[in-house]
Amino acid sequence: MNVQEYIASGILELYVAGVLTEKENLEVAAYAQEYPEIMVEILAIENAILELTRKSSSVNPYSFDTLKPKLDNLESDTKVIPMKKETSNWSSYLGWAASILLAIGLFWVYTQNENLKSEIQLVEQQNQQLEQQIADSDASLEKTQDLLNTLRDKDISVIPLGGQEVSPTSYAKAYWNKQEEKVFIDAQGLPEPPDGFVYQVWSLKLSPLTPTSMGLLEDFAMDDNKVFALNNPNDSEAFGITLEPAGGSESPTLDQLYALGVVSTS
Amino acid sequence: MQLDLLVERFQKKDASAFETLYGMYSKNICGVINTIVKNEGRSQEICQDVFVKIWNNSSSYNASKGRFFTWILNIARNAAIDEIRSRSYKNEKKNLSADYFVSVLESREEESNATVDTKGLKKLVQSLKKKCVQIIELLYFRGYTQKEAAEELAIPVGTVKTRNRSCISKLRENMEVK
Repeated sequence: MNVQEYIASGILELYVAGVLTEKENLEVAAYAQEYPEIMVEILAIENAILELTRKSSSVNPYSFDTLKPKLDNLESDTKVIPMKKETSNWSSYLGWAASILLAIGLFWVYTQNENLKSEIQLVEQQNQQLEQQIADSDASLEKTQDLLNTLRDKDISVIPLGGQEVSPTSYAKAYWNKQEEKVFIDAQGLPEPPDGFVYQVWSLKLSPLTPTSMGLLEDFAMDDNKVFALNNPNDSEAFGITLEPAGGSESPTLDQLYALGVVSTS
Repeated sequence: MQLDLLVERFQKKDASAFETLYGMYSKNICGVINTIVKNEGRSQEICQDVFVKIWNNSSSYNASKGRFFTWILNIARNAAIDEIRSRSYKNEKKNLSADYFVSVLESREEESNATVDTKGLKKLVQSLKKKCVQIIELLYFRGYTQKEAAEELAIPVGTVKTRNRSCISKLRENMEVK
């Protein structure tokens, strides 16, 4: 393109006058970007028009301060703006409504979430309790089976202990494993000892009568199956159970003898 | 460059940028409006409305389609033309050929009012031929299209372009004279 010819054509003057078509305007603007001479020419033309329009102007514009409030309060002045105002109000109401709804929704979701969390905690606790129960049952079952196995052992001799004067309906059983030197006392048939007292088990030699303490049936009330394991290294001829003050006694209180059984000599 | 920046800031609703632009162009714009409306008080009001409108429609200006001044000049001329149409200026067309922007020269000389830079204007237009004053008035002050100007001046459309070019060149020469 010949830039000088383009400038001389007079199109730039018309560009500044604003009488070109949109297409021509875009073309001139593009050339102005591409060729600095064209931009310089446009500026010079515009400058001349500015100079002429300024110097021929007999009108003093209002100060900008007069204009400024009009910029801020435009809404009330024109026809279009009240509609705009209404829409903006409408949309702001809508906005407020939406945000309130959102807040309520968020709060609802939050409380729901909290509820669910505490429910989960509760269920977890219940779960733990159930697991504990299962474990306890397992342990209890194991213990019972152990016990059963022990009692079924071929080396065991069973000695029934009958109720005595103090409590004729009482009874107990001793399962004695001589080889392991252990005695299991099944005290199911004894009444619960009063506070401050405890049952004490004795190994007895009959002639002469010599009692040897084998131990106490501690925590009688708390024991589920009322079977107590005790060591018995003695060569017992009989077993007796007496009620003694807590902690046990050195020698049996014979008038508090609850159950007594003689080992059969077979 | 600085103008581009100002316009850009103005389009982002920067009031201080707009104030600067107002300072740069308001006198020109008000004068152009008065060339059409011929009532200084009314022109002041229209001029203000025009700048309010410019502020409101800042987003519709597109730098790739023309100069910023050209854009506001166009808005101003349209506002002024609306004004005289609404007031149905009956004699407008008849008087047009006689009422050039330079007419302020004579009237102002009589009133010896300092509003117009009479000396400066004289220097600018003194050697311009009447046909130059005419064509500049039609294209820049009144917003005539090439075709309308050609009809008004009874010259071929192509001549408008070249004549205008030579008239503006003369104007520019006059500006350079000290």
